[in-house]
Amino acid sequence: MSPALVVFLVIGTIAVASSILVVAMRNPVHSALFLLLTFLCVAILFVMKGAEFVGAVQVLVYAGGIMVLFLFVVMLINVRHLPDERVLSNFWKGGLLVGLAVFLLFFTMVRPGVFHDPVASDQALRTTYTYRHRKVHQPDGTVVRKLIRRGKVVGNSEAVGMALYTDYLVPFEVASLFLLVAMIGAIVIGKRELSAIEEENIPAYMLERSETEHEVKEAMSA
Amino acid sequence: MNWNDMIYILPEVILTIGASAMLLVPVTGGRGAKLSAKWMMIILLAITAGALIYCSHAVENIDQSRQLQAMFALDGFSIFFKLLFIGAIAMLVMLSEDFLAEGKYSPWEYYSLLGFALCGMMFMASGVHLITIYIGLELLSLSSYILAGFYKSELKSTEAAMKYFILGAVSSAILLYGISLIYGVCGSLNLLDIAAAMSTIVTNDALMFGIMLLGAGLCFKIAAVPFHVWTPDVYEGAPTPIAAFLSTGSKAAAFAIFARIFYTGLHDFHLEWNYVLATISALSMIIGNLAAITQDNVKRMLGYSSIAHAGYVLLGVISLNALGLRGILMYSVVYVFANLGIWATVLMLRRHQYAGERVDDFEGLSRRSPLWAFAMVIFLLSLGGIPPTAGFIGKYFLFAAAVQAGFGWLAVIAVLMSAVSMFYYLRLVVAMYLREGVEAEFAITTPLRIVAGICLVVTLALGIVPSSLIDQAVLSSSHVAAHAALTPHAGR
Repeated sequence: MSPALVVFLVIGTIAVASSILVVAMRNPVHSALFLLLTFLCVAILFVMKGAEFVGAVQVLVYAGGIMVLFLFVVMLINVRHLPDERVLSNFWKGGLLVGLAVFLLFFTMVRPGVFHDPVASDQALRTTYTYRHRKVHQPDGTVVRKLIRRGKVVGNSEAVGMALYTDYLVPFEVASLFLLVAMIGAIVIGKRELSAIEEENIPAYMLERSETEHEVKEAMSA
Repeated sequence: MNWNDMIYILPEVILTIGASAMLLVPVTGGRGAKLSAKWMMIILLAITAGALIYCSHAVENIDQSRQLQAMFALDGFSIFFKLLFIGAIAMLVMLSEDFLAEGKYSPWEYYSLLGFALCGMMFMASGVHLITIYIGLELLSLSSYILAGFYKSELKSTEAAMKYFILGAVSSAILLYGISLIYGVCGSLNLLDIAAAMSTIVTNDALMFGIMLLGAGLCFKIAAVPFHVWTPDVYEGAPTPIAAFLSTGSKAAAFAIFARIFYTGLHDFHLEWNYVLATISALSMIIGNLAAITQDNVKRMLGYSSIAHAGYVLLGVISLNALGLRGILMYSVVYVFANLGIWATVLMLRRHQYAGERVDDFEGLSRRSPLWAFAMVIFLLSLGGIPPTAGFIGKYFLFAAAVQAGFGWLAVIAVLMSAVSMFYYLRLVVAMYLREGVEAEFAITTPLRIVAGICLVVTLALGIVPSSLIDQAVLSSSHVAAHAALTPHAGR
């Protein structure tokens, strides 16, 4: 067994075990921490496959950003223990059956598939090109400017960056729109609408302030 | 990349800037004016349509496709669908006005989200790369989830949004896994590259599995049968104009990518996927139409009817010939206009603040507004596919394509199920003409009248003089159809 295989087996086992514990734990904080462990293990697996960029993103975005948000929400709403229900719902037999069937399907269909040559494309994916004009001295004494393309095999992150901002520019920009819509959605859903009763019960000092604001606005518009 | 090529995405850029600007209006003190949100949106849509027509001159010959980095194509197919989308959204803006005026929610965010949804649809129509198509689809879906839950104080709207969001997220994951398997086998996600790679592959289990997962994800988006469960619930719970949007514009966009992916990218494995899709199509037509019969809620009935219509459109994908692609284009137009007309009627009838949701609400419509009842009959006949209306032309092309491709049995099921569908469409007609009812209130306003009028004119005109639509569909589809015909199942 090569060292890489040993690392893979250990990390993979921890990842699978902790992802099962995520759903099995009763305390939401424990669940969240096991999810964090799963993310870190998956990040290690990505790095082992030579995808440093995805591994770093996994740690920064999932472990760093999303998990902190989860823990924040869990602690904010202060749910210590879920109500005493059974951990497994009534559907667990059916669920297990479907899971096994899907696993068998993947095992028999995806594994024997012939995939695109990974070695050649790995090299190609990591190559970035720079273009430069260079003066070339011809044998007859004249100087000609030539466009020279130079390929350089770079690291994974640099190659991903080059691909994102050149070939994949259009979907990359649309993805930014996607994030904008997600933000609008969060605001639209999270914004509190006041009911008529609540509006009546607004404390007097708040109304005073809004009146002064109104006056200031009127004065400014005048 | 050449900066001159950027003109191909000019309409999308304009739309994005406009939709973002609409968010800033309330911040700068324009929140008081409710009408102006609508007009700003209409003007924005008009400018986008103008930019699109201006760009379309960049495609000198409509048989050509102008591509931006093999990601985004401006061709007849995409221009056809984009104009349809802009028209559908413009009519939805008209439909939404009264609805928004009643509620206490801001119209600016609503119209802005509608604008971003349209942007996603336009990227879907133009995508020739699975990543572009996927991102466009997600932009549309995310906007739709938010819009479905826009009336957050109503339990039904929130429930609809949650159901739609969770099932939509799962289906996107399935779609994405299919895309990743296709990338693993073919080494590219550009549809033409995929087609080229597939022509050298005789058989490959992983690729087959990828195609099936991709098809399953797409079938969820068009609500074909094993993946249809969300449709009636979401249509019932979502705000009525949004249900109209989900059943018309959003669905037409999903038809567009379905056609583009299978005609341009996956046509080489036609013999492998056509029977799977044929089964899905047959099930959609049978279950959709049979389930619609038992519904008393009009919104749910339209939900099941839209499942059946997804089955009809799948005929065009299965047949994989020029006729089928034309059928998809024409049927999308026909379906959008007839359906929008019906949704306008549902919005017009209301009982205790709710839109006309029950079949009883239609009772006595013919006596109180004969013209509107007549328009409604035309829309229903068009959905049923009865000759003087446009629905017949669309169905004729789809069924003929299926017969030409050797799927006669499927065409027989489709005709039989169209007959079944007339049963529940005629239930509404019977309610309107033969029953008396006084309960439902009427709120015929100018915007609703305009939408119903446009839909009526289009449905009748395209039914009586269909040549202009047929010519346009032939021109617009020729480029995409040529791809499917160029490499007829090489190597197999």
